[in-house]
Amino acid sequence: MQQETSAIWLALEMVLTGEHDLIEIVGLSLQVSLTATTLACAIGLPVGALLAILRFPGRGPLLVLVNALMGLPPVVVGLLVYLALSRSGPLGFLGLLYTPSAMIIAQTILIAPIVAALSRQVLEDLHGEYADQFRSFGLGPIQTISALLWDGRYALLTVALAGFGRAVAEVGAVIIVGGNIDHLTRVMTTAIALETSKGNLALALALGIVLLSLALIVNALVYGLRLTATRAAYA
Amino acid sequence: MTKTFVSILALTFAASAAHADIIVQSTTSTANSGLYDHLLPTFEEKAGFKVNVVAVGTGQAIKNAENCDGDVLLVHAKPSEEQFVADGFGEMRSDLMYNDFVIVGPSADPAGIAGSDNAQAALQTIAEAGALFASRGDESGTHKKERALWSDANIDPLAGSGSWYRETGSGMGATLNAAVGMGAYALTDRATWLSFGNKGDYNVVVEGDEDLFNQYGVILVSPEACPSVNVEEGQAFIDWLLSEEGQAAIAGYQLGGKQLFFPNAGS
Amino acid sequence: MRDDARLHMLGGLMPINRQKRSLLPLSCEGLCFDAGGMRLLGPVDLTLAPGRITVVMGHNGAGKSLLLGLLHGLRAPSAGTVRWSTRDSGDTLRRRQAMVFQKPVLLRRSVAANVDFALKTRGRPDPDRRDALLAHVGLSHLAARPARKLSGGEQQRLSLARALATEPEILFLDEPTASLDPASVRAIEDIVFAAHDAGTKIVFVTHDLGQARRLADEIVFLHDGRVAEQTLASTFFDKPRSAAALAYLEGRLPL
Repeated sequence: MQQETSAIWLALEMVLTGEHDLIEIVGLSLQVSLTATTLACAIGLPVGALLAILRFPGRGPLLVLVNALMGLPPVVVGLLVYLALSRSGPLGFLGLLYTPSAMIIAQTILIAPIVAALSRQVLEDLHGEYADQFRSFGLGPIQTISALLWDGRYALLTVALAGFGRAVAEVGAVIIVGGNIDHLTRVMTTAIALETSKGNLALALALGIVLLSLALIVNALVYGLRLTATRAAYA
Repeated sequence: MTKTFVSILALTFAASAAHADIIVQSTTSTANSGLYDHLLPTFEEKAGFKVNVVAVGTGQAIKNAENCDGDVLLVHAKPSEEQFVADGFGEMRSDLMYNDFVIVGPSADPAGIAGSDNAQAALQTIAEAGALFASRGDESGTHKKERALWSDANIDPLAGSGSWYRETGSGMGATLNAAVGMGAYALTDRATWLSFGNKGDYNVVVEGDEDLFNQYGVILVSPEACPSVNVEEGQAFIDWLLSEEGQAAIAGYQLGGKQLFFPNAGS
Repeated sequence: MRDDARLHMLGGLMPINRQKRSLLPLSCEGLCFDAGGMRLLGPVDLTLAPGRITVVMGHNGAGKSLLLGLLHGLRAPSAGTVRWSTRDSGDTLRRRQAMVFQKPVLLRRSVAANVDFALKTRGRPDPDRRDALLAHVGLSHLAARPARKLSGGEQQRLSLARALATEPEILFLDEPTASLDPASVRAIEDIVFAAHDAGTKIVFVTHDLGQARRLADEIVFLHDGRVAEQTLASTFFDKPRSAAALAYLEGRLPL
C-alpha cells in the first residue's frame, strides 16, 4: 500500500514539476503511437471497408484471419520487425533499427489488423443501412467506401482509439526494435519496464499512472467529440 | 491532415538517417547501475556524437552484434567474447574494468550461508538444503557465470528445475524482483545490486571469493563482418574508455559512497 | 437545359445518340423473385409508358416494394427480364433513375450536405442548384441542420430533393408518405406533381386510396405477387376488372 501511495505522489510531482525526461518520454510515446495509429488507419480502414462491402470467395476465411491477427503477440511482431530491420536482415540497409521509425513500423503492424477488423464490423453495419440507397444512386465501390468512411467517422474514431490504446500500452515490440535507448527510443512502457527491472517499483508505478492519465485524457477528448456528434445524430 | 502526417514521417526518418552516432550493445548491469549516465555526457560533449546504449543480456547483446546491429560490444562473459572475436565478428577484445558477483539472500537465510566467502560451498549448501535459488536462465553473462559456478561445485541444478531451482528467463532486475518475491537466493553483479531499489530484507550473503570476479571487456564490431559499422566513432569511444581519462571516469562512479566498477585496462 | 445537364452528367462516356434515347417504355416479362424456396413475386408481365403517373397498389405483402426494387435494379430477378428502351445497364442505367424509400436513408451529415452528396454522385458539386432544390422542397431554412434530426416529413422531403438532384428520367417512390401527417403528405405530393410536370416518369407505391385517386393516371394492382390488373385511374376506381381490386376498394379482406 505504501508503494502505491508514494507512487501517486511521485506521479503528481513528476507531472507538476514538468520533469524534462518525463516530457521527452511522453512526447515520444505520443509521437510513435499516434503516427502508428495514423498509418494503421491508412491501411486498416480501406481494408476494413473493402471487406465490409465486397463479397468474394474466401472472404470468410480472410475475416477469420484478420480477426485472429488482432491477437498478434507484440513480442512476435517485435521479433519479426527486428529480423527484417536488422543490419543482417533484408531491410537492414535502411538503418532503421533502434530508431522511432522502427517502433512506428512495429506498432503499425500490431494494430493495423485491429483497425481493419473493427472497422469492418462498423462499416458492414452501416452499409447494411445504406446499401439500397447507394445502389439506387449508382455508386461505385470507391464512392461507396469513401461515403461509408465519412459517415462512420465517429464510430471509426473509437476504432482508432482501440488501436492507439493497444499501441501506446505495448512494450514487447518497441523494446526489441527500439532498444529502449535513453533520449532516443525510450517511451513510457519501456521506461516502466526499465524502472521495474531496477527495482524502482514506486517510480515504475508512477510512470504507469502518468500513462494511464494520458490514455484517460485521449479517451475523454474522443468521448466529448462523440457526444457532440451524437447530439447531431452524426454518430 | 495528410500533410502533417507526411511531415511527421519525414522528420522521423530524417532524424534517424542523419547522425553518425554509434550503438553500443551492452548489458543491463552496466546500464541499470547508472554507469553510462555518468560516463556518456562527458564523452559525448568531447566527441560530438551520441552513444546509444542498448541494454540487454550478454547473450543477446552478442547475437545482436553478430547481426551487425551495433558498433561496439561491451559485455561480461570473457569466453563468449573471445569466441566472438575468433569468429571474425570483432576486431580485438580489451579488458575494460571489473567488479564482482555476489550471492544475495533473505535475512532469514534458510540455507545458513550468510557471511561465507566460498561460493562453491555456499551453492552446495543451497542445493542440499533445497533452498530456493532464482537463476536468470537467459544465457546472459551472469547466467553463464552462475552455470560455471554450479559446474565447479559438481552440481547439476537443472535436476531441481521447477522445484528449488527457479529459472526466470528474464533480465537481472526482473530476476531480483522475482527472488525477493519468493524468498530465493540469487547471483547478481554488485553494481546492479547496489543500485537495485526493491531489496526488501535482502542482503549480500556471499562475497569475496576469487571465483566471483566479474570482468568486463569491450570490442569493436568488425567492419569486415559488418560494413555498416561506424569504425571511426566506435574506435574513438573504445579508445577513450581505455584511456587514462576514461578509466578515471569509470573509477569515479560511485553509488551510495561505494565504487561500482574498477578499471583494469591494459592489465 | 435538361438535355445539356444530362450530357454533362454522362461526361461524354458514351455516344450522344444513346443519351437521347428515352428509358421508356419499360417492360418486364416473366419477372419472378424467389427467396428461401418461396415465390414472393411473379411471374409479372408489365409495360410502363412514359408520361403518366403510375400508382402501384395492393395489400401488404403483395410485392409492391419488391417490384419497385426489381424494376430499379436494386435486386436481381430470379427469372424473367426487365427491359428498358436503352442499351445502358447496371450502374449507368440506374444513374438515370432515382428512388425514394419508405424510410428515408439519410446520411449522417447536414441537410445541405445530403443534397451535395447526390449532386456529386453525378459529378457536379453545384451550390446554386442545391439551394434551389432545398427551396423547392421548402427546407432552405434547415440547410445547416443535421439531416437525421429533421421531422419525418422533412426527412422525406429531403429524400425527394436528393432524388431530384440526380435529374432522374424515372422516379420510384415506395410508400413515401406512409407515416406522415396530412400537411407533409400534401407537400410531398406537390413535389411529385412538379417533377411529373417537368417530364419525369413517376412510379408511386401507396395503399392509401385517397392518395391514389389524387395522383394516379393509371393503377397497377398487385395481388399475391402478380399483376391483377393495369387500368387507367379514371376507370379503376369505378369499375375495377379484378375481383382482388374490387375487394380492396370495398375494404374487404382478401380471400
